[in-house]
Amino acid sequence: MKILVSVKRVPDPYAKISPNASGTDINRDGLQMAVNPFDEIALEEAIRLKEAGKATEVVAVSIGSAEAQEQLRTALAMGADRAILVQTDDPLDAPSVAKILAAVYQREQPNLMLMGKQAIDMDENQVGQMLAAILDLPQATFASKITVENGTATVERETDNGIETVQVPLPAIITADLRLNEPRYVALTGIVRARSKPLETLTPADLGVQPRARVRLTQVEAPPARKAGKRVSDVHELVRLLREEARVI
Amino acid sequence: MKILVLAETDGGRVSEKSLPAIAFAQQKSPEAFTVLAIGDNLQCIETLTGYGAQAVLTVNHPALAKPLAERYAPVVAHYARQLGADAIVATTTTFSRDVLARVAGLLDAPMLSDIIALEQTDGKLVAKRPIYSANLIGTFEVEGSPVVMTVRGPAWGKPEPKGADSPVQTAEAPADIPTRSEWVRLQGGGGGRPDLTQARVVVSGGRPLKDPETFEKYIGGLADALGGAVGATRAAVDAGIAPNELQVGQTGKTVAPELYIAVAVSGSVQHLAGMKDSKVIVAINTDPEAPIFQVADYGLVADLYQVLPELTELLKNSKG
Repeated sequence: MKILVSVKRVPDPYAKISPNASGTDINRDGLQMAVNPFDEIALEEAIRLKEAGKATEVVAVSIGSAEAQEQLRTALAMGADRAILVQTDDPLDAPSVAKILAAVYQREQPNLMLMGKQAIDMDENQVGQMLAAILDLPQATFASKITVENGTATVERETDNGIETVQVPLPAIITADLRLNEPRYVALTGIVRARSKPLETLTPADLGVQPRARVRLTQVEAPPARKAGKRVSDVHELVRLLREEARVI
Repeated sequence: MKILVLAETDGGRVSEKSLPAIAFAQQKSPEAFTVLAIGDNLQCIETLTGYGAQAVLTVNHPALAKPLAERYAPVVAHYARQLGADAIVATTTTFSRDVLARVAGLLDAPMLSDIIALEQTDGKLVAKRPIYSANLIGTFEVEGSPVVMTVRGPAWGKPEPKGADSPVQTAEAPADIPTRSEWVRLQGGGGGRPDLTQARVVVSGGRPLKDPETFEKYIGGLADALGGAVGATRAAVDAGIAPNELQVGQTGKTVAPELYIAVAVSGSVQHLAGMKDSKVIVAINTDPEAPIFQVADYGLVADLYQVLPELTELLKNSKG
C-alpha cells in the first residue's frame, strides 16, 4: 500500500503573528516556518502504518515556493521515502490546491491519501474534502483513530456531537485531527539520512494544472481587544454583580 | 443573491445549530433564501419554518439516515444547481465543514470558512474571517458564483421570527447517491445538558480539576445550578479529565454564551479564540497573573475547591 501525504509550509505554531505595516499580510520578517502541525500528524500516521507493515511507501508532497523544500526535508527525516515539491509562487486558494493535489494523486495512484484537517495559517479546513470530491473518493475528516484492514479504513472522527466511527473503502482521503497521534521527534541521524532521499520538483504546468485563485486575502488586522474588567473579593460579590450589573443570572 | 441554507441534521432531526445560517440569509437575502434539510424520516422541521424562507426543502431517503458527507454533498450540489443558488451556506460546525467543502469540490466553487462579516461591493463579495488561530482577522475578496460559505454562529446569532410559516416541500433525492462510506456509531455527547454551542451559560474547567469525577462534581455541578453547558480546555481534554467534544478553543468549539465562567483556566491564546466573544466572562483562578483575567469582566482570585461549592449553593438557592 502506498500512502500520499500533503504537507504545508506555515508559520511555526509558537511564533508571534502580527499584521505587516501596510496591513496586507502578516509580518514575515524573521518568521520561523514549520510543517503544518496537522499535516505532521497525518505524516506520523502514514509512517506508523508503514512501520506496522500495512504500507510499503510513504510519499510527501508540498505545494509552494522553493523554501517548502525545508518542510519536505523534515518529512523525509521523519520517515517519508520520497518527496515531491510542486513549485509555484502564485497565490493559491483551496480549490487550486485541491486541483494540484488531484493531479499528483493521479500521477502517483496511492491507496490512501492523508493530510491535516486544516492548515494553521488560513484555518480553512477545505482541501481534503474538495480533493475527495474532485477524485470522487470517499472521505473521512477529523480522524482521531485510523485502523486499516482488508482494504477498508475504520476511522474515528472528532465531531461536535462526540466520536463518530465511519468505514471507508480504500482508496480514500482521510484528514487528521489533533488527537490522532503525537508526531515523533526527528533525530539528527534522520535529518542526515534524509539528504540522500529523492526530492522531485515539478510545476503546476508539468501536471497540466493552471491554478487561478478566486479567493484572495486583501487585508489583515488584529481583532478588537477585550478589556479586563474588575476583580471581585468573594462569591457573594460575584453573584451580586452578575445579577445586578451584568444581569445575566 | 439567492441563498441555499443547508440545515444541520444528524440524519434524523434538524438541529438548532442551523439558526445562525438562517439569520445570515435573512440579513443578506431576505427575499430569496431556501433551506434544505437532508436525512431520513426527518423530525423537528418546524425548527426551520418560522423565519421567512421561501421554502424548506426536505430530502428523505434511507441512504441519508446518517450524516455522511459523501452521501449528503451530491444532494446539496443537486439542489444548489436546480435553484441557481449564488451562495450555499451553513453554520460552522464539524457537520458543515465536512459536507460543504465537498459540495464546493463538486461544484468547483470557491469557499469561505467561518465568516463573521460579508459585504457586496462592485459585484464582488468581501468577507471577514478569523485566521491564524483567530489571532488575526482576514479580509477576503471572492469572485465567481456560486460561493460556498460556513458562517460563525456567534457572529450571526438567531434569526428574527417571521409571521407566516415557510412552506415545507418534499424533494427527491438524486438517483445516484454514492454509498461507499458507511456510518458505524456515535459515542459520547448528550448527558442531558444543553449543547455547548447553543447554551446561554457555559462553565469551563481546566487541567487543575484532576480527574473526571472531580471535573464533573465541580464544573458539572455549577453548570447544572445555572442550567448551563460544560466546556473544557485542551489541557483538560488531553489529560483525559473531560471528553473531546467539550473542548472550547481553536481546535475545539467556538462558543459565545451570555455568561462564560472559566474555572482554573489559564487562558491560552487557543482557548481564548474559542470563547472571547462571550457576552460576560467570569474567571476563577488561583494565579492572579493568569491571562484569562485580561479578558474577564469579573475575576476572582481564589482556589476553586474553596469557592465553587459556595458559589454553586448560592446560585441553586437563588433560583425560583
